[in-house]
Amino acid sequence: MSYIIDRRLNAKNKSTVNRQRFLRRYRKHIKKAVSEAVSRRSITDMQNGEQISIPTRDISEPIFHHGQGGYQERVLPGNDQFVQGDHIQRPPGGGSGSGSGEGNASDQGEGIDDFVFQITQEEFLDFMFEDLELPNLVKRQLSVNEKFKTRRAGVSNQGSPGQINVVRSLRSANARRIALAGGKRKRLKILESELAELEAADPVLRDHNRIESLLAEIADLRARIQRVPWLDDFDIKYNLQVKYPVPTSKAVMFCIMDVSGSMSQATKDMAKRFFILLYLFLQKNYEKTEVVFIRHHTSAKEVEEEEFFYSRETGGTIVSSALYLMKEILETKYSPSEWNIYAAQASDGDNWNDDSTTCSKLLIDEILPKLQYYSYIEITPRQHQALWEEYETVAGAFPDRFAMEQIVDLGDIYPVFRELFQKKTA
Amino acid sequence: MSAQQPISTSSEWTFELIEEYDREIAKIAKEFGLDTYPNQIEIINSEQMMDAYSSVGMPIGYNHWSYGKQFLNTERSYNRGHMGLAYEIVINSSPCIAYLMEENTMTMQALVIAHACYGHNSFFKGNYLFRAWTDAESIIDYLVFAKNYIAKCEERHGIDAVEQLLDSCHALMNYGVDRYQRPYPISTAEEEFRQKEREEYLQRQVNDLWRTIPKGEHNPQALDAFKFPAEPQENLLYFFEKNAPLLESWQREILRIVRKIAQYFYPQRQTQVMNEGWATFWHYTLLNTLYDRGKLSDGFMLEFLQSHSSVVYQPPYNSRYYSGINPYTLGFNIFSDLRRICENPTEEDREWFPDIAGSNWVETLHFAMRNFKDESFILQYLSPKVMRDLKLFTIIDDNLEDDIIVGAIHDRDGYQKIRESLAGQYNLGNREPNIQVTKVNVRGDRSITLEHNRHNRVPLSESTDEVLKHIHRIWGFDVHLHSTDNGILCESFQCPKNDNNK
Repeated sequence: MSYIIDRRLNAKNKSTVNRQRFLRRYRKHIKKAVSEAVSRRSITDMQNGEQISIPTRDISEPIFHHGQGGYQERVLPGNDQFVQGDHIQRPPGGGSGSGSGEGNASDQGEGIDDFVFQITQEEFLDFMFEDLELPNLVKRQLSVNEKFKTRRAGVSNQGSPGQINVVRSLRSANARRIALAGGKRKRLKILESELAELEAADPVLRDHNRIESLLAEIADLRARIQRVPWLDDFDIKYNLQVKYPVPTSKAVMFCIMDVSGSMSQATKDMAKRFFILLYLFLQKNYEKTEVVFIRHHTSAKEVEEEEFFYSRETGGTIVSSALYLMKEILETKYSPSEWNIYAAQASDGDNWNDDSTTCSKLLIDEILPKLQYYSYIEITPRQHQALWEEYETVAGAFPDRFAMEQIVDLGDIYPVFRELFQKKTA
Repeated sequence: MSAQQPISTSSEWTFELIEEYDREIAKIAKEFGLDTYPNQIEIINSEQMMDAYSSVGMPIGYNHWSYGKQFLNTERSYNRGHMGLAYEIVINSSPCIAYLMEENTMTMQALVIAHACYGHNSFFKGNYLFRAWTDAESIIDYLVFAKNYIAKCEERHGIDAVEQLLDSCHALMNYGVDRYQRPYPISTAEEEFRQKEREEYLQRQVNDLWRTIPKGEHNPQALDAFKFPAEPQENLLYFFEKNAPLLESWQREILRIVRKIAQYFYPQRQTQVMNEGWATFWHYTLLNTLYDRGKLSDGFMLEFLQSHSSVVYQPPYNSRYYSGINPYTLGFNIFSDLRRICENPTEEDREWFPDIAGSNWVETLHFAMRNFKDESFILQYLSPKVMRDLKLFTIIDDNLEDDIIVGAIHDRDGYQKIRESLAGQYNLGNREPNIQVTKVNVRGDRSITLEHNRHNRVPLSESTDEVLKHIHRIWGFDVHLHSTDNGILCESFQCPKNDNNK
């Protein structure tokens, strides 16, 4: 007797928990692999999953085994050349020999391979931003283009037929009927009892006129009670649904980059990686993230992403132009009470000599008070110049909102990023 | 051969067809006297198959990272096309659960039904080891109990604590087996009740053993003579469960769960060749009989033979695909040859197998299936013809010799030696190092001493130190391991490592 059962629709992710347990146990390895991947990857696939490889010996589950050596006998199939008593040279390298002839040499090579597996995009990002936090608190604000949710808010007299509240409607109809017909019913009762009294009297003594008029009045009352409608338009009650706005958290990120002649394509590429990391991180933390790109040489301009990264211009460098523009945009579009504002600036450190003081002043007086966080990265192998020194005073004034780091090559980006957003334990 | 009236001609399967094939195969299986548990055939998809794979063949398993590792590994090889999934997984339970993959063709489904639902199933029901050691009726119940219990422990004591303990238990899983005692079946509810009882009782016992309050007057000689354990103990997990001084009762219960599951798999580890050989022999015989009766089309047969021959392919020792002797091949060849010996014995067979040459083959095969395990089965039934067919030879790797020496080949002088050597290869006792608990320093530092008896002078591998760490975690005090060869101490391990051991 056999039962045949179709199990194809059953859950298929029975192993999910075990998989999570595995990732949990080897998070150190995975994090290392992730950070390597971040520096290695091209910018566009920063969001994909990743192949992780862990040395097999690190995840082995040890059990008692026989080791090499001693006297070992084995049976092998497919004899093509040997007779009893033949001598076979030990395969080289194995020291005491593998004990299995030529056959196993390749098998044993396999054991040293790394254990390789895939993590998903989401897991990749989780590992990438683990232990990092956005400094300063997250504002949740009502804004113009809100998302709404509806909730019940009692009953009302208007509404769509779909929302009719049957119980409340019938209750109010009942009340109206009692109100309109109550007096008549009382009167009817009195008349009926009087009629009954008259009719109970001796037929000879009956007041026929009175009975006539009573009957007429009773019929009239009955008809009037009848005319009270069972359900009237204004009895109908509707469930009232009100919309209320849901506060969303949103952030805007200003990317400020120097595009003067001194910035090479490689430098810009590094800046872009940094911006993308920051963008992904904001996206993970806020429901809505906007990005404003500001490029500058001697004058600043708000541009689209494409132009930001790829068009070339030359000229000198005036950093304050970008800061002025940022301030302007902030004032017109992004009120600090609604938005979480982040800014990241990338530059190679060149600036007009007397402009740097303007920059630091502008930052300290106008911009930083409105911002959640401002990070400055200087991509240069050279000595710091005036801008860096000025910014150091800014960092002194706003230690929790302003951070600066130097990046020399591609490998620095992720560590610097982690450095900037390291969780600070109070 | 009767005129062909095949059950199906298309390679698509349907539930009706599966039912019909199952009915036909069951009919023939009955004619051949295959006695089986009821079958439960479950159709699953490839993802579910991967899940089943990674839980080492347990339909319900507790959570542990090692199963996750297994899963990631399977998933990766499968997605890259390195590996096809097995056509079936079959679980030793009653009813006997067999998984069929929806991707398979009708032919493969029929093959799997014959192989798993009648081959493996009758083996589970018939073989003496399974009869003695496992309880097909209660295993699912027990696994449910184990899963719930471990989940509860995780809630109460944290995932990490449970995971560490399970790691340690898994390291000793092969040493959690009772070789000489028969466990008996109970239900989940009963199991839970008993668990509570055990918890209290055990803790009392252990406390007694480790009592530190002096007992008053006693003479020191009696103290020296006190030996614990009285006899060496080979079931390490059992010994720790009962005697480890620092374990809490839930930890003891987890040790017990791992031990029970190890016990459940113990017969399977000892009958790999027989089990697969038996199932392969029967899918081959059943489907051929079905074909002879005209129920299968020629196309069906060709597809079937193609997969059958890849299942029983044995790459030679120097092939790059060689990874040991294929248990399907070896078992199938022995059973097939056994049938040949019964039906068409030669002079050689009469000399080697005087009792069975010419006997009723169905009875002979059933007898062999019921009463042996791999080691004894090979020793008894590996015939010269099979050795010639597989071209078996032995090599001797002795570290005292310069070269590897060919010990015996498939000729008249070699048959007996190859037989013994191959049988030895399947003896679990030889395959795993023989390690026993010999001494516990009850009145002193509470250290435990294990002894490894070397077989053919073979030492322990380098993973030993790691395993000792696990033992140390369970035992809680110093662990010593002495590796001896005929009573002569060759090597000592200990954990924690003593820095000044020079």
